[in-house]
Amino acid sequence: MTWIAQNLWLIPVLPLVASGVIAVNKQPQRKLAVTLAIGSMVMAFLLSLCAFSATLIHHGESGVFREVASFNWLQFGGQWLQLGWVLDPLTAIMLVMVSFVSLLIFIFSVGYMAHDENFTRFFCFMSLFAAAMLGVVIANNLLLFFVCWEIVGLTSYLLIGFWYHKPSAAAAAKKAFITTRIGDLGLLLGMVWLYAETGTLNFYANGNGCLEQSALTAMVTHMTAAGMAVSTAIGLLIFLGAVGKSGQLPLHVWLPDAMEGPTPVSALIHAATMVAAGVFLVARVYPLMSVHLDGAAAETTALTVVTWIGALTAIFAASIAVAQTDIKRILAYSTVSQLGYMMLGLGVGGVAVGMFHLITHAFFKALLFLGSGSVIHGCHEEQDVRKMGGLKKFMPVTFATYAIGMLALAGFPLFFSGFWSKDEILHAAHGWPVSHIPFLLGCAGALLTAFYMTRQVALVFFGEYRSSGRQSAHSSSKTDKHEKSAPTHVGGYEGKDEPHESPAVMTVPLVILAGFAILLGFIGTPAWPWFDGFLNGEPAGFNFARLTEGGTLGLMLASAVIVFAGLGLGWWFYGKRQRKTAEEPDALQVMQPGAFALLENKYFVDEIYDATVVRFNAWAARASDFLDRWIWGGVVLLVTWVTLGLARLYRFTDEFVVDLGFDTGCETLREGGGEISKWHTGRVQTYLRVIGVALVVLILFLIWGRKA
Amino acid sequence: MSPAFLIIAIVTLLAAAAAMSLRNLVHCALSLVVALAGLAALYLQLDAQFVGFAQILVYVGAVAILIVFAVLLTRSDATPNQAILAPGWIAGILVSAVVFATLGWAALNSPGLPGEMPPTPEATVKNIGDLLMTRYVLPLEVIGLLLTAALIGAVIIAMKEEPLSDASRSRGNEAHSSKKLEPPHVGSYEAENGGHA
Amino acid sequence: MTPLQGCLLVSALLFAIGLAGAVTRRNAILALVGIELMLNAANLNFIAFWRYGPHPEALTGMMVVIFSIAIAAAEAAVGLALIIAIYRHYRTANLDEMKNLKG
Repeated sequence: MTWIAQNLWLIPVLPLVASGVIAVNKQPQRKLAVTLAIGSMVMAFLLSLCAFSATLIHHGESGVFREVASFNWLQFGGQWLQLGWVLDPLTAIMLVMVSFVSLLIFIFSVGYMAHDENFTRFFCFMSLFAAAMLGVVIANNLLLFFVCWEIVGLTSYLLIGFWYHKPSAAAAAKKAFITTRIGDLGLLLGMVWLYAETGTLNFYANGNGCLEQSALTAMVTHMTAAGMAVSTAIGLLIFLGAVGKSGQLPLHVWLPDAMEGPTPVSALIHAATMVAAGVFLVARVYPLMSVHLDGAAAETTALTVVTWIGALTAIFAASIAVAQTDIKRILAYSTVSQLGYMMLGLGVGGVAVGMFHLITHAFFKALLFLGSGSVIHGCHEEQDVRKMGGLKKFMPVTFATYAIGMLALAGFPLFFSGFWSKDEILHAAHGWPVSHIPFLLGCAGALLTAFYMTRQVALVFFGEYRSSGRQSAHSSSKTDKHEKSAPTHVGGYEGKDEPHESPAVMTVPLVILAGFAILLGFIGTPAWPWFDGFLNGEPAGFNFARLTEGGTLGLMLASAVIVFAGLGLGWWFYGKRQRKTAEEPDALQVMQPGAFALLENKYFVDEIYDATVVRFNAWAARASDFLDRWIWGGVVLLVTWVTLGLARLYRFTDEFVVDLGFDTGCETLREGGGEISKWHTGRVQTYLRVIGVALVVLILFLIWGRKA
Repeated sequence: MSPAFLIIAIVTLLAAAAAMSLRNLVHCALSLVVALAGLAALYLQLDAQFVGFAQILVYVGAVAILIVFAVLLTRSDATPNQAILAPGWIAGILVSAVVFATLGWAALNSPGLPGEMPPTPEATVKNIGDLLMTRYVLPLEVIGLLLTAALIGAVIIAMKEEPLSDASRSRGNEAHSSKKLEPPHVGSYEAENGGHA
Repeated sequence: MTPLQGCLLVSALLFAIGLAGAVTRRNAILALVGIELMLNAANLNFIAFWRYGPHPEALTGMMVVIFSIAIAAAEAAVGLALIIAIYRHYRTANLDEMKNLKG
């Protein structure tokens, strides 16, 4: 076994140790926290590169390169519960992505959170998150996976509610935790069922693992009561966990509210990594979900469900994003939508298709979030896009990188990674034998994506700066509220309330991410499907001929057309006719007020949940309280009363019957004795008289005794 | 039931009654003497000569005199009009009446009492002496011890306790006198004693 | 009434008189006198039974009476000594006032 596979555990443990050391430090020391956090991430990144290179070296040898290390953890009856890690291409690529993106976001946070007084707590939680996420990636064992999954959820809660004094943040953290918990229940049930079926929770263990052929065959042939194969049932349960964590329909409600956390948190957790963990889970257990009675095929029930949910989520979230006004919320709904795409890709095309989009998405979404963080920082914590505008000239670097990220997300052809990854998905969906609808939904979603991203960029970076409220409050030269602010009036504002570019510590990561947003696309083109080959253990080579086969070129053209249509529409509505003030109604709102209101209110999903699930839960809680208080409590009270009554009875008996009887007896004895002692008068003659009487009695006894 | 017997019996009984009921104690003692003498006569009547004379010697000659001595020694100068009967004397009379009734009834109604007087036994002093020395030698010795003990005991009990009280009184006197004759240089000690007193 | 019964009656009456005096009179010495009378009555009883009973030549009754007289003498001496000692303490010979053993 290679050295790195042996010591793969170091990768999550280093950030964990950093987090622990920061946590136990009494006096928050900023320099120490930063050094530990970033240092441990750098080490983790270097080790991940080691792992990646090891995988690359052994790529192409006999099937998929996979090295596993396990150790016994807990004795459980007669068996040992094992934990362990695995090094294979999927793990390696995820390790590199997670550690690299985390490292860049950590560096960004040094600048972003500089003014916050809870600086060290932030880095403690972020390191813990990084450790747990890396643990999720390397886990070879569903139990270890679950443990790290839960820690990821915990740190997400802690970080969403980082500014816990804000009630909205605390509520959002709670919502995130509870919603993902519902999904985790499914994962737990699936895990237990899997253990019951196969007797092991290890994914790969020299042929005995639950994702290996013998276990899979056993599970696919075993039927449950509902006529479903056990593998399907377990797969669906595990997918439920992914639905919660990755914000798929219907458990997507927590993700937009999670934007209450600081922007680096949104970037790292809710764009690049944690939400991707759900997708990663499906990719990891893909053999289980794709196993079929006739051999591995991509049309199993489990995968069909995954596809449909992914497709619906994609279109649903994209439509909501069109009507949002908070810069981060637009990106949040965009994330939900893109996660739907990833699930769609996994369902129709397999691990490589979904994972490719995951990797590219991680980079450009992180870029977009960090960019929005830069914008928010520059606009003095303003988050409403209607109050921004014209930031292109104030923040050029941010604008450039943001534009690159936006184009990647929209899928601008050829140069940007989003195009290649999304195209793979659409290509696979096009060829899906079950139904054509997911493909159409995907295309519609692509159109909407391009549209709303253009809207966002136009509103934020183009036009004029609309934050008139602040300007009248701060500037010394009193200008009217609704006065048009032309670019030449820049000098009229006071220096500190005009938006400013972020410091280098924040812009350098943006640039690096932008570079990757462009370059990563090229590892997954049809002409050179390196990524696909890497994950499947096959060598891949350049082959331009593949571009022309199977309608690939036609599809590329079609998606290009869709993207351009979306960009054009967006520009026409929002770019050309710039809104003048913050209070103006949205252009779409003017056109279709009803539909716009529906979209703006997120289809009232939260309200529906509140009226049904939450209300039912509250009722159940009240009913349980009533039961507990009056019924079970009543029983307890009854027992108490009976016991008390018995105790009183015993006391009564003891006091009045036993004691009194005893006391009376003793009293009588004493008094009797007292009475008898009075006979001792001390007078001799009395005694003599008594003796005389006794003599008479004695004589009489003698006489009569003799006679008898 | 010869008349002699009857007369002696009546005299005895009357004397005994008198002994128990007279006010003057000396009269009681003297009546007792008569009663005892009467009893001695009865013994003589019953051919128990030695016992009769022993009775006179011992009882009349010693016990009765002793009683007279005791009466004289315990004579108090209290008023002679004190009640002579103890409280509750009726109960006493009653008890003794009952006792007499019982005994009398037993005596009169017991069957198998011999009626005839057997021939006179030979109760000479010699015989008595022989028996005392042979058959009743143990009781004899015991009686001797008893009498010795009684003698010593009576002496000790009735003895005055003067020697002890004399000694303590004289010691007290000495202490007082020694205090007065103390030389002056031990005056502090005296003063201490005086202070402590 | 046989002579024996007569003697027995006399002795019984004497005994009763002695008892009556012992339990009735206040003076302690008279109580002792009563006791002496009772003893003498018993002695008379013994002699009577000796004379009229079988085997008077064994002198049993006489022996008993001799010893009884001796004992009575000793007892009278000691008793009177006690009375004298008590008199010194209580300054009275009244039996009623000697009740320190009252229970």
